[in-house]
Amino acid sequence: MSKRSIVPFGPHHPVLPEPIHLDLVLEDEKVVEAVPSIGFIHRGLEKLVEKKDFNEYVYVAERICGICSFMHGMGYCESVEHVMGVEVPPRAKYLRTIWCEMSRLHSHLLWLGLLADAFGFESLFMQSWRMREKILDMFETSTGGRVIFSVNKIGGVMKDMDADMLKEFVKILNGMEKDLRELSRTFLENKAVNSRLQGVGLLTKQQAHDLGAVGPFMRASGIVRDTRRMGYAAYSDLEFETITSDVGDCYARTDVRIKELFQSIDIIRQAVEKIPDSEIAVPVKGFPDGEYFMRVEQPRGEAVYYVKGNGTKFLDRVRVRTPTFANLPGMLETLKGAQLADVPILILTIDPCISCTER
Amino acid sequence: MAENIIIPISPDSLLEEVLKMKNSECRLVQICSTRTQDGYELSYSFGKDYDLYNLRFTIGEDAQIPSITNIYPTAFLYENEIHDLFGVQIKMISVDYQGTLYRTDKKTPFK
Repeated sequence: MSKRSIVPFGPHHPVLPEPIHLDLVLEDEKVVEAVPSIGFIHRGLEKLVEKKDFNEYVYVAERICGICSFMHGMGYCESVEHVMGVEVPPRAKYLRTIWCEMSRLHSHLLWLGLLADAFGFESLFMQSWRMREKILDMFETSTGGRVIFSVNKIGGVMKDMDADMLKEFVKILNGMEKDLRELSRTFLENKAVNSRLQGVGLLTKQQAHDLGAVGPFMRASGIVRDTRRMGYAAYSDLEFETITSDVGDCYARTDVRIKELFQSIDIIRQAVEKIPDSEIAVPVKGFPDGEYFMRVEQPRGEAVYYVKGNGTKFLDRVRVRTPTFANLPGMLETLKGAQLADVPILILTIDPCISCTER
Repeated sequence: MAENIIIPISPDSLLEEVLKMKNSECRLVQICSTRTQDGYELSYSFGKDYDLYNLRFTIGEDAQIPSITNIYPTAFLYENEIHDLFGVQIKMISVDYQGTLYRTDKKTPFK
């Protein structure tokens, strides 16, 4: 007869840069149930909307997360712009798109590094983060920041990128693409890596739907949905396919994210080619009065921004449903039946962001 | 263009309306609470492809609402969240953290 025990996992663990706790119910080495505990560092940023006016709140929204900071700022701005009926200039839409895809690149590269570190490939970890540094350098050149950028504002963006800068960025990305092909070969073709990822943490298409999964975690289970298809920023002008896999295991999640890296480079190239000349922001008059649910495809999946204005400079409510929050039930499902040794890899393959979750 | 619809409902018809969403193969996107002068405005958002349907109703401060976890098991996180942050009273949540999902210094800080 197997022995049943409960093993606490987290909130501090070598593979977890941020605190989340799981009570793992084990039968010998097999996980039969996992009960999550979050809320160790909840900051109540949504509540701050009562003290910061709707323009200032852009900087608060950016601070929800240090990885998706640009997209949080943009998601909030787009939701307020929708409520106020503000039409953002076309160049600002393209600039937002370029920064969004740079965010996806550095987020996915960060995740690849963490994954490599988790299965003990130190060199692969360093190579992934070496490439990520180039993206952070591009952010620093174009915005002045490496983590918090503060370039979004209601009505557009605050900084432009000139033609030389954009040309240089494409040159850097072209060079990076070659390195990335080499890197992805190790992740996707190395036998030792594959043995840790293939057939581990299966999530079927139906389960992904029923459990409300989002992002690459969901697409790796075969659901074709990418919020960028809704056409915010300049995405409606650009061509890209929704990347999916039918397998639904850890390998498929890695595969989808690696393909999204190449896709992001391609989207940036298209955006640089098509970016129109125009103003980068329009003046905004009045105060938001109304409500809107805005959805944005962050690196980890669909984020929902709900804003409700009352005609004054303070909003009634800002609510952010982050992708990690939506992916937690799916993650718990993949843990059932897993071996204890695979738990760190399984948690990592949803690319958890606790900072977002504890907004 | 994707639809973004708000559907006003009465609190009593919540389970019935949620069941309709489930039968239409919608996924649960989020549950949001907004403080009003004398209670809460609740929005239950469901997605189908790129469309978003939001069931909307208001309740008084002391009112209790039923959990939808029997229909959408993943709702337990959202329901515990609005309970912990706003103090919304929800009956029969499948996994009820009893106010400990968020370890906040102040109870129901968004109330």
